[in-house]
Amino acid sequence: MSFLDYFLGTRKKSAEVAKDRLRLILAHERSAGTQDFLPQMQEELLAVIAKYLPVERDRISVNLERRGDFEVLELNVLFPEKQASPPKP
Amino acid sequence: MARIIVVTSGKGGVGKTTTSAAFASGLALRNFRTVVIDFDVGLRNLDLVMGCERRVVYDLINVIQGEARLQQALIRDRQLEQLYILPTSQTRDKEALTAEGVAAIMEELQKDFDYIVCDSPAGIETGALRALYHADEAIVVTNPEVSSVRDSDRIIGILQARSKRAETGDSPVKEHLLLTRYAPRRVQSGEMLSVEDVQELLRTPLLGVIPESETILQASNQGIPAIHMKGTDVAQAYEDAIARFLGEDRPLRFTQPEKQSLFKRLFGG
Ligand SMILES: Nc1ncnc2c1ncn2[C@@H]1O[C@H](COP(=O)(O)OP(=O)(O)O)[C@@H](O)[C@H]1O
Ligand SMILES: [Mg+2]
Repeated sequence: MSFLDYFLGTRKKSAEVAKDRLRLILAHERSAGTQDFLPQMQEELLAVIAKYLPVERDRISVNLERRGDFEVLELNVLFPEKQASPPKP
Repeated sequence: MARIIVVTSGKGGVGKTTTSAAFASGLALRNFRTVVIDFDVGLRNLDLVMGCERRVVYDLINVIQGEARLQQALIRDRQLEQLYILPTSQTRDKEALTAEGVAAIMEELQKDFDYIVCDSPAGIETGALRALYHADEAIVVTNPEVSSVRDSDRIIGILQARSKRAETGDSPVKEHLLLTRYAPRRVQSGEMLSVEDVQELLRTPLLGVIPESETILQASNQGIPAIHMKGTDVAQAYEDAIARFLGEDRPLRFTQPEKQSLFKRLFGG
């Protein structure tokens, strides 16, 4: 860092930014290997939900996400506007 | 039985070939019978870095396809009697690098050598997978730079999942981190990831730090492995790395900036 930077710069050093970014991306990519089951699980969840509720295939999404120290499994189901009656068992 | 070492990185241009040449030469200097194999099919470079390009007659692919015997393809190093180079093909494509072919060559070489050094191509495809498959130890060459660190992490994952040791449930490949093209001054000024940063991110034992140096270009210009550039920082850094690889204790060198003038320090440079 030069004389001028020293007085002007309170900005984060670029190496620090690099390290923070890498921390996040590596944590994400290391857990990615364990997420291979997601599509299969999505299919199975869909089958279960469709048994009881009238939802379309593309109206359901499953996400595994890292938030800080937690892993969050997120299940989103969008229902049609008009609530149809559940299919007969 | 030879130990098989893969020099790998995921990313290209980080110093794998430079390191393979220096490492293989360093092992031979220590009197180990060593062979260094170029796995970068189609982009032959190791022969140039080793300075034996005009003596290439047969190559790895010729041997795999039964067009030449292994003994015919091995080139003896100009300076070191214990060192051989197995060049790759410049014209064939990497699909010629069959799993069975590579396995047969490894088996034969293991009888005659102490160390087999495999110079991996970049990427995570066939060539890179073949180069790492038989490894007992891996030197993960990394530059202090975001994409290189990420790719190294990826290749470490692949070593742990797709090497022969992983597939057969044997003890895992022993991984070593080699940080190359390191510029201490830029680290000090906060513009480059430090050796501690990279180690913390990759969680892999450090084998050494090779400084960014003009010597490397002078060496490759002449086809002389960097370890022969007597008295230079890179030669010493590679020697240290080899000593550590062989279990010796060596303090880190060349990771602090050299003294600089007050003028430069004040006004940057
Ligand atoms: N420590 C170093 N200092 C300066 N230049 C280097 C250093 N290590 C490698 N290089 C240069 O970087 C380039 C890529 O090196 P190379 O060994 O061919 O990488 P790779 O085999 O990983 O593609 C070459 O031009 C080489 O001379
Ligand atoms: Mg190379």
